[in-house]
Amino acid sequence: MSHQQDLDITIDQISKIEGHAEIDVKIRSGEVQEVKLKVNENKRFYEQAVRGRPFHTVPQLVSRICGTCSVAHLNCSLEAVEKAVDITISDQSRLFRQLTMDGLMIRDHAMHLYLFSLPDVLGKDSVLDLEGPEKELLHQAFHVKSAGNALSKMILGRAIHGIYSQVGGYSVAPTTEQIQPVIKELRDVRPYVLDLLQIYLDCPFDFRRTTHNVALVSDQYDYLDGMIHSSRGLCVHEEHYGEHLTRVVIPYSQSAGYEFEGMDYMVGALPRMNLNRAALHPHTIRDAKKFISVFPSNNIFHNNLAQGIEILHGIDHALDILEGADFKKEAAVQPAPLPKNTDSTGVAVIEAPRGNLYYMVSIKPDGSIQYANIVTPSAQNQINMEDDLKLLVTEHLDKSKEKITFEMEKLIRAYDPCFSCASHFLKVNWT
Amino acid sequence: MGKKLRVGIFSFTGDEGCVITFVEILNYKIRDWADKVDFVHARVLRNKNDMADIDVSFVEGAIASDKDRRKLLEIRENSKKVVAIGTCAISGAPSNHRNFFDEATREEIRPILQQFQHLEKVQPLNAFVRVDAVVPGCPIIEPTFVKVMENYLKEFGVT
Ligand code: SF4
Repeated sequence: MSHQQDLDITIDQISKIEGHAEIDVKIRSGEVQEVKLKVNENKRFYEQAVRGRPFHTVPQLVSRICGTCSVAHLNCSLEAVEKAVDITISDQSRLFRQLTMDGLMIRDHAMHLYLFSLPDVLGKDSVLDLEGPEKELLHQAFHVKSAGNALSKMILGRAIHGIYSQVGGYSVAPTTEQIQPVIKELRDVRPYVLDLLQIYLDCPFDFRRTTHNVALVSDQYDYLDGMIHSSRGLCVHEEHYGEHLTRVVIPYSQSAGYEFEGMDYMVGALPRMNLNRAALHPHTIRDAKKFISVFPSNNIFHNNLAQGIEILHGIDHALDILEGADFKKEAAVQPAPLPKNTDSTGVAVIEAPRGNLYYMVSIKPDGSIQYANIVTPSAQNQINMEDDLKLLVTEHLDKSKEKITFEMEKLIRAYDPCFSCASHFLKVNWT
Repeated sequence: MGKKLRVGIFSFTGDEGCVITFVEILNYKIRDWADKVDFVHARVLRNKNDMADIDVSFVEGAIASDKDRRKLLEIRENSKKVVAIGTCAISGAPSNHRNFFDEATREEIRPILQQFQHLEKVQPLNAFVRVDAVVPGCPIIEPTFVKVMENYLKEFGVT
C-alpha cells in the first residue's frame, strides 16, 4: 500500500484501559501533522475538595480519586499526612502497608496483563472470547486477581477503598486463621504467573524510543521507601521531587502533563525494572532469571513483562512476611501537637502500579488542610505517551487506517494508563 | 445454548471503583455467568462494543458534562433496564464535591468547567433518566450486585 496522504483518525474512547481518553491524528500530504492524546475524564476536583477538611479524613477521601489504585492513594496520602504531623508508624504497620502494596500490584497488574493486554497478544477482542485450551487462561486470570484481592482485603477490610487503615496505624490486625487461606491462594497462583511471563516473553510486539526513566529505588524493591532515581543518573530525595517537575498544561486534555528536568520521561513498571531489578525478592530472581535478563529495555511492550515479574515479586515478598506471622492489634500512633503559628507540610512519593505518585499536603494549626498537591503516574506519562504515538504513526504511514488505529491502542494499553487518576491538577492558565 | 442476557457496563464521572469491583466479582462468578450473560458493551473488557438492544445496563458514575448526559440518554433508549451502580450514580457523591464549593473555589475551577462543557452541577442518573434498580455502596456491595444480576436473569427467562 502507498503512503497515507491525507488521513484523519479519531479513536473516541480507548478500550481496555482505566478511565476515558481519546486520540486524534491528522496526516496531511504524507506527513504527521498532529497527534493528540486527550484525557476526557471529567475532573472531580479532589485537591480543592480536601481544603479545610480535618487531616485525618483526607486518606478516605482521596482514596476515591481512583478505584483500581485506591490503595496507592491511601498509602501515599497517609505518609504525607503522617510526615506533616510527625508520626512514625510501627514496624507492624509498615509491614501492613507493604502487604497492601503487594496485593495491589498483584491484582492490578493481573487485571492489565490478562484482561486488557492479553487479547492483543492472542489476537482476540476480549479475554471473554478465549476458546479451547486458551480458555484456561481466563480462569487463571481471575484466580491470580483473586489472590491479590484476598491479600488487600485481609489487611484493609476490602480491596477497593479499604476501611481498616487510618492515620498512625490500623484498626484491625488479621488473625492466623485469616492469614492461612491467603498464603494458600498466593502459593496456588504462583505457577500461573510463570506461564504468563512466558507468554509475554514470546510476544513479538516491539516499539522503542529512547526516553528518560524515573523510579523509586530501594534495596528491597520497596514501593513505599527509597530515593528517586533517573536513567540519567540523577538521585533525588522525595521531598525535592516536585522541584524537578514542570507541569505542562495541555489545552485539549483534562489532565496536565509533566516534564522531569525539562524532558519527557516515563514512570511505571518498566522504569522500576530497568533501575531496580537487582533488589527483587531472591525467589523471584531465582525463578524468573530469564525474564529479568531482558532488562534494561527500552521496548515499551516490556512494561508488560516487568509487571508480570512484579506480580511474582509481590507473591514472594508477601509469603515471606506472612509465613509464621503473628500480628497483634495495636493502638494508632497519635500525632504531635501542631505548631501554633505555621502550617505543617508533608511530602510523600510512592510507587503506584503505574509509576510514582506524589502527595504534598500542608496542614493549618487547627488541623485542617490548607493545600494539597497530587501528581499521578499517568499524568506524568502523558507527554511521553503522546511523543511515542507521534513516532509510531510516522513509522506506520504505509499502513491502513485500521492497522494504525490498532497499533496506537495497543501501544497506549502497554502503558496501562489510568486516566481516572490523571485528571488532577491545581490551576489552569489557558493561554 | 439458550438465550443470554445482553448486558452493558458503562462508566461516567467517578473513579471506576464500581466497575473494577464488578470485574472482581467476575473472579468468582465468571464460570456461572459465562453461559448466561453476554457482555455486549463493556469498554473495560472489549473493544468491539454493541449498543443496540441491551437487556440490562449497569451504569457507574455521576453525570458531570453535557457529553455524559447525551450518552446516558442514548443508553436509556437502548436498554430495557438501567441499574445505577454506586453512590456516584445514585446520588452524585463523592464525585460531586464541586457542587458544594464556595464562591472563590468555584471561580478557580470555572475555566476548566467551561473549556470542557461541564454541567452547572454534578447530577445523579435519575436527574435525567428513569432508573429501574440501584446497587448502593462506594464501591458497590458485591452480594447486592450479584442479586440484582440474578433477578434479571430470572426476569428475562435466562436459565
Ligand atoms: S461510587 Fe465510589 S467506588 Fe463507585 S465510582 Fe463512585 S467513587 Fe468510585
